[in-house]
Amino acid sequence: MSTQTQSTGTVTMAQGLNRALRDALTEDEDVLVFGEDVGTLGGVFRITDGLTADFGEDRCFDTPLAEAGIAGFAVGLAMQGFRPVIEMQFDAFGYPAFEQVVSHIAKMRNRTRSMLTMPIVIRIPYAGGIGGVEHHCDSSEGYYAHTPGLHVVTPSTPADAYSLLREAIASPDPVVFMEPKALYWSRAELELPVTTEPFGRAAVRREGSDVTVVAYGPQVPNALKAAEVAADEEGWDVEVIDLRTLVPFDDETVAASVRKTGRCVVVSEAAGFGGVGGEIAARVSERCFHSLAAPVLRVSGLDIPYPPPILEHTHLPGVDRILDTIARLQWDDQPDVARLEVSR
Amino acid sequence: MSKTTADLLPCGDPVQFLNEQGELTGPGAEAEARGYTMPSDEDLLAVWRQMVIGRRFDTQATALTKQGRLAVYPSSRGQDACQVAPMLALQADDWFFPTYRDSMALVSRGLDPVEVLTLLRGSWHCGYDPVATNTAPQCTPLATQAVHAAGAGHGLARRGSDGVALCFIGDGATSEGDFHEGLNFAAVFNAPTVYFVQNNKYAISVPLAKQTKAPSLAYKGIGYGIRSEQVDGNDAAAVLAVTRTALEHASSGSGPFLIEAHTYRLEAHTNADDATRYRESDEVTQWSTRDPIARLRAYLTGTGALTAEIEEQVTAEAEEYAARVRERMNAEPEVAPLSLFEHVYAQPTPQLREQADLVRAEMDEVRA
Repeated sequence: MSTQTQSTGTVTMAQGLNRALRDALTEDEDVLVFGEDVGTLGGVFRITDGLTADFGEDRCFDTPLAEAGIAGFAVGLAMQGFRPVIEMQFDAFGYPAFEQVVSHIAKMRNRTRSMLTMPIVIRIPYAGGIGGVEHHCDSSEGYYAHTPGLHVVTPSTPADAYSLLREAIASPDPVVFMEPKALYWSRAELELPVTTEPFGRAAVRREGSDVTVVAYGPQVPNALKAAEVAADEEGWDVEVIDLRTLVPFDDETVAASVRKTGRCVVVSEAAGFGGVGGEIAARVSERCFHSLAAPVLRVSGLDIPYPPPILEHTHLPGVDRILDTIARLQWDDQPDVARLEVSR
Repeated sequence: MSKTTADLLPCGDPVQFLNEQGELTGPGAEAEARGYTMPSDEDLLAVWRQMVIGRRFDTQATALTKQGRLAVYPSSRGQDACQVAPMLALQADDWFFPTYRDSMALVSRGLDPVEVLTLLRGSWHCGYDPVATNTAPQCTPLATQAVHAAGAGHGLARRGSDGVALCFIGDGATSEGDFHEGLNFAAVFNAPTVYFVQNNKYAISVPLAKQTKAPSLAYKGIGYGIRSEQVDGNDAAAVLAVTRTALEHASSGSGPFLIEAHTYRLEAHTNADDATRYRESDEVTQWSTRDPIARLRAYLTGTGALTAEIEEQVTAEAEEYAARVRERMNAEPEVAPLSLFEHVYAQPTPQLREQADLVRAEMDEVRA
């Protein structure tokens, strides 16, 4: 990374990721980028655009169309001291690699008492909101976050996309790098060197005193928009936390915020049951019980397989669902009776 | 260089140098044309010696399960030629990818037997240092190591090493997708990787007939453009010869190689399995007469390379080896519960540090 401050102007998240891969390939010869269509084509989302042309097919290359093969091949290369950065083309297409990820990539350090480590980055474009047909829009972060040995990272800004990906590639441990597809084309200023917080530190994207909204990845912009509307229309001062890394989880920042605001909503796009959002809600309840004026509520996708594109807006948590949930936080000191009735 | 079908296909019959009586039959014209050459008596004596020690280790390990010193042990008795000969063909810079049944192979490669038995003792998962020994952890999930070996072979080639990745795998595991993805990746990247299938006829209880309709597992290489061979896995001379050719083939840049070794698991799947539920004792008796150690002993005695004096010496050596293993395994393993938190990440997460504090407090409570 250049020590000179260098503004690249506004860039998309996709460009931020591409820049991170370029800089990592330049700095470390052991970094290898491979997967399906990442070479000549530059990836279906163009994240690896131009890497093969600029670094050679030796450093950025296409593989056979087999995800378990890609992940397992990365294990073998890591054994030889390389730092593979692999791409699962879409969230749901990463499932064939699940055994390699869970049984080997995640566990190798542990199995060998740190004698053999797996500095592998698994890039996964994930979540929906782009009108994709089935198997292209899953929020699969929960599977990985539930697996000890993996770091799970998900940026929501181009600057974080750059810096978190650089940190992921430099990490001595495997990182599942979840890229919110819907934000690939979102733009923001990117100034190098990026000085965002490291893994395990959440970012307070908006300060507020009435309620904490915890979000990550694709839902961060929605949480920020909801916070604006809440301030304008209801006079609620909403604090928005962008988790940035699900594992390691930043209990400290989240708990400090909720102790301050006394209310908390957790937003995730994934189906709610058994998911990351529930884990966060539980952690907040355990740590902030005496500061809470209302139960911690969750906003999530529905507990359904990802819907067909025409219906995806019904499924996706958006600004309205976040606002409705904030409204249920017992502002008048009234219990949320409707929700307490057990549905049959 | 384009490969023709004939270049890739295995011999019609498994390559054999020594018949069941240990008589030199020669490899036959087909195998000779493929360049397999009879190893020297000196090399075969080394294989025989290590098979005697390896089998003694194996029976010792099975005995340790009865004394509760091992949680479980999957024996490879009967597969001794496959366990030993390829190890003696390996060079130090080659990488080896073993499965859970390959403990005998690991000690034959020179790894510390107690470190090898760590997994089965249950005191940790992998006991040896994979990087220092160029040996991957024993793989318990089936066939996943086939892809690792493709990547490792490619990695060795990228580093400019002459090293080869040798991947052991069982017959049942050839049905897994990762076996096929491993072969395909190895072929596409022209990786110096050798796949050695120990066809011991059973995947726990399921016979090979229920795994495949292929005439030989070695035929699975041709679809990937991989040169393949089948060998009598109980003929140590043939196993050594074919493995050497395969390693040279891979090391010289000709790409991967697939070997199917026909052998037999004389013991049950593990000490916890009852093999009488799925196979006849006649079958086991029949395979016992094809014992790889007896066969090589007969041959080497015939050539004069193996004398009564050497045999006595090696038998004593094997006993001594087993006694040392027994003695070391009888000591209580050192276990440190807090070490569970040390190897999840390079730096424990705050959550792991909290849980470590919890366990520490629980331990203090027990002590108090």
